This record gives sequence, structure tokens and C-alpha cells, in this order.
Amino acid sequence: MLGQGILKGLIETARNFFGSYVNKDRLTTVQFPEERLPQIEATRDFPLLVYDGTDWQQGLRCVACLICEKACPPQCIFIEKSTDKKPDATGKPQFYPARFDIDISVCMSCQICVEVCPFDAIKMDVEFELSTTDRFGGLLLDKQQLAKSNEYYNRIHPTEAGAVDAALADERAKAEAKLRQAAEAKAAAAAATPPPPPAEKTVIQ
Amino acid sequence: MSVLTETTVALSSDPTTDPNASQLLEVSMGPQHPSTHGVFRMDVALDGEQVVKLKPVFGYLHRNHEKIAESQNYLGCMPYTDRLDYICSITNNWAYALAVETLAGIKVPERAEYLRVITGELTRLQNHASLIGFLMQDMGTSGTPLMYAFREREKILDLFEALTGARMMCNYMRFGGCRVDAPAGWLQQTQKVIDAFPKFLDEFESLLRTNEILMARTQGVGRVSRELAINAGLTGPMARASGVNYDLRKVDSYGIYDRFSFRVPLGEFGDVYDRYMIRLLEMRESVEILKQAMRDIPSGPIMDPGTKIRGFRPKAGEAYGRIEAPKGELGFYLISDGTGNPYRFRVRPPSLINLTVLEDMCLGRNVADIVIILGSVDIVLGEVDR
Repeated sequence: MLGQGILKGLIETARNFFGSYVNKDRLTTVQFPEERLPQIEATRDFPLLVYDGTDWQQGLRCVACLICEKACPPQCIFIEKSTDKKPDATGKPQFYPARFDIDISVCMSCQICVEVCPFDAIKMDVEFELSTTDRFGGLLLDKQQLAKSNEYYNRIHPTEAGAVDAALADERAKAEAKLRQAAEAKAAAAAATPPPPPAEKTVIQ
Repeated sequence: MSVLTETTVALSSDPTTDPNASQLLEVSMGPQHPSTHGVFRMDVALDGEQVVKLKPVFGYLHRNHEKIAESQNYLGCMPYTDRLDYICSITNNWAYALAVETLAGIKVPERAEYLRVITGELTRLQNHASLIGFLMQDMGTSGTPLMYAFREREKILDLFEALTGARMMCNYMRFGGCRVDAPAGWLQQTQKVIDAFPKFLDEFESLLRTNEILMARTQGVGRVSRELAINAGLTGPMARASGVNYDLRKVDSYGIYDRFSFRVPLGEFGDVYDRYMIRLLEMRESVEILKQAMRDIPSGPIMDPGTKIRGFRPKAGEAYGRIEAPKGELGFYLISDGTGNPYRFRVRPPSLINLTVLEDMCLGRNVADIVIILGSVDIVLGEVDR
């Protein structure tokens, strides 16, 4: 019968239309600004700089090694390396970025900077409501705007941040153990002029 | 240059002697025409309502992709491939990764191969789903099928976001594997989407497959003969709708496609309706592949440990990597001179080559048919113009 196919299609449309009144699964629209979907954990948009502790200037993990600047495909990162060294969160003297700018109007959110960073200093943010009326300066983020605390990073990407924190803590513990070992060896060497005490080996371990 | 000055077209009657004879009218369809799927222009010469000459004009979205890639390192090229065919970025990543892997002789771990197949087939599902939606929209269905298709596509994009961090610009694959492993619960979530997908296909088929208006609009329209399809180098659903049994997943069986059993649907007439049906049937086969891949996926590493991603320098040579992208054969041709960036980077985009038969399909048809014929080719201008 002519028109059978059309009727069949209309039945399908009607099923969807009336079904949306009884079946919650058929109501897929979210009323956006008032109602929001939960953030998916892996979501990324623009980079941020992680700092440890409470002071963003002192705690920045970035040591201005310039790897991300070189690796960035659209070249939206600009770093000026410091000439002096400042102690970082662990107290070790490090170079720091005197200037660290990211032009997020150029950034294409590829997260290659995150992948190449050996210090876990640069990570991806999830902030997306960034519209501004200032066309040039408003989207050129400087060091202070990019700096976000480790707590914030833990909040937006819990699994990833947990793994990073564990790895960093592991590394620090290892470095500390090494330092301690070296110091102890030094002390032992200094003490070695008189005959060494018998318990020396167990102390080192 | 206008279409009319380029050729002299034989009119049905001579306008110099016959006062009622029609004159040719030149219409420029696009680049802002909404049904051209991007910025694409067609210079059409019309005799009344009939097309007598059609010239595709492209290049409005040219972004210098190949040259940019030649100044990037091998890793830096990867996010740019997302932006070729922006509907299905993961298959673009795959083709490029495959080319680099052929170039440097990298082996991909088992789990990464499975993840590639799963994400690649999901990409095919969402590409075909949105294509049939767009095609119906071109025919004037005022949104209903498109919204149904986008509802399903959204579920797959959510999976992509959970896995790769982005809905469309996934930047997921790396030469030597994949960037991240599936997070906890992702595979179960994927299984749910795959299991629910045939229901959508049934719904879509009963919605429109036997619709009389659809059949009248599409059957016998925009035919491509088998010979023309082969001679013009068409690939993908375009070629298969014309009855050319050519699917790189079967022919090349790149990756691990030789492990899956699936059928290759073939069309008979090569018209718009066949191209529409081919996509519906291919989605069913993709669901089959996905089911097998989800069943067999092993655990293990996802990156080849010997591959250095940063500062990657393959030895001098050339390689061509090709895959069956949802739109056809997508190939990357790379020449390496031993430095950190490719010496030559060439893309073989399926959309561009499938577009070459546009005039042959449109000649003698009405203006309204041009729109659906173009829609059935499945082009993405990011890929055509690069």
C-alpha cells in the first residue's frame, strides 16, 4: 500500500515523542546553564601550571626547561628562563620561569606539553567558560593565571593526580634516602679515621 | 572562471532561432550554502531545472596542513591529523600512526591493537550515524532523523571523552600504541553502548528505509557505474555502493582485522539509496566487529617500550600507511630524511577523490538532486582542502 512506509516512520516518531513522557532515557537534553552534566574525569581543554604548597610563586613545579615550548605544535607557549636559582617546594635550588605565557586562543588542547613534561608541572585544566571581551590580552594567560594548586588538580583529575603524587613522593623519598645515605657515608668517612664502630653497616641500611 | 565560458553546451534547441528556447543559467551554489557540508562551492550551469555542467570549486578551507606537518616533529603532526576529517579524528590518527610505524618498523602491542579497532569502529559508527542524519536533513526531513542520529553519536562521543579527554579532537594514538589505557569501567560502558546500538539501527530503519518519499527522491539518483567507480579511484562506501568489493579491512587486513569475521555489504545500483543503505548495513557489521573485539581484548601494555615519542627520528626512507576510514581509503605518505621532521608529508583523503565523480552523478538531474547527491558522497571539507 502506498504510504505504508511513511506511516511506519510516523509510528516511530510518535513512539519517541510520547515515550519521552514516560521513559527518562528518551529525555536526553540537558538544560545547560542551569543544569550541568558531571565533568568526565579525562576531560581536558587548556593547560595549567601545578604548584605545591600554598604559595604559587614558590611552589611552581616548573623549572623552565623549555621542553614544552619546543614541543608545542602551534607554538603558543612562551617561557623566559630565570637567570638565578630559587629553592623549590622541596628546598632544592632550581631555575624558575621568569615569564610563562600561554596564548589559549592559539592553543589546540592537544596536551603534548603534558606528555613531554618531565617534572609533572604542566597539566590540563577543565575550565571552559573563558569568553572575554578583550580579544588579545584576555586570552593570553600569564604565570599567575596559569598557576593552580595541587589540590585543585587533585580535584579535577583525581586518578591521574593520585598517580602523579605517588610517583613524586616516591622520587622525593628516593632522593632523600640517597642524600641521607651520602651524608651518612660522609659522616662515616669522617669518623673512619678512628676505627669504625661495628654497628656502622646496619645504620646505613 | 565561469562554467559557461569554459564549454559550449548543446542545448535542446538553438536560442538564436527558437524564441522559446531556454538560455543557460549559471548558479553558484556555495560556499555558504548550508547543504554543502562546509565551505564548498559548485558552479552549476542549468538548462531550466536540469544540470548541464557542474564544476566543483574547493580550497576555501585550505589550511596548509601538509606544509605545517613538514615543519613539525613526528609527534607534533598527530594533533593536526585530528583536524583533517574532524568528524572521525581517531581513524586519522590511526592512518598516520600506521604510516610512521611502517616507516620505522614499530610493532604495536596486542592491547593497543584492540583498543585501536574498538575506537576505530566506534568512529565508523558515529560517522555513518551522523552522515545518514545529515543526508536526511538535506532531503528536508526537518531534523527528526538528524536528532535521532546525533543522540546516538553523543553517547559515542562521551565514550571518547572518557577515554581520550576530548570529544572530537581526540589525539589518541601514538606510533607504537595508544596514548592512554582505558580507564576503569570504560570497557563496560562501551559494551553497554554497543549492545544498545542495534536498537537505534532498527529504529532508524523503520523510520525511513521504506519511506515512499525517500525512495522516490533517492532511487536511481546520482548513479555511479561499477566501471566509473573503479576508474575514478573511488573507495569506501561510495565504491561499495556501486558493487566494487573493495574494503581495506579485508584487502589489507591492517592491524588485526584478519581476526574478525564480518561481511562487506555491496550495493547493486550505485545510487543515493544504495549509498544510504550501505552505511546502515556497515554499521551493523561494525557492531559485530566491536562485539568480537570487546570479547577478545587482552590485558597488557599499550605502548611499544622501544619507541621514543619525543625526539623521534626514523631512518631515511619512505612509507605509505593506509586504512579503511569511514569515508574510504585514507592514506599518509611519508618521506623521512633521517631528521626529526618528515621531509614530505602527503595525505590521500578519501573525500577529495570521491568528489571527483560529482559532475558525472549530477548531469541531467535537477537542482534539488545535487544537494542530496553531494550529501551522499559524505565529504568533510577539512579533509578535502586540508
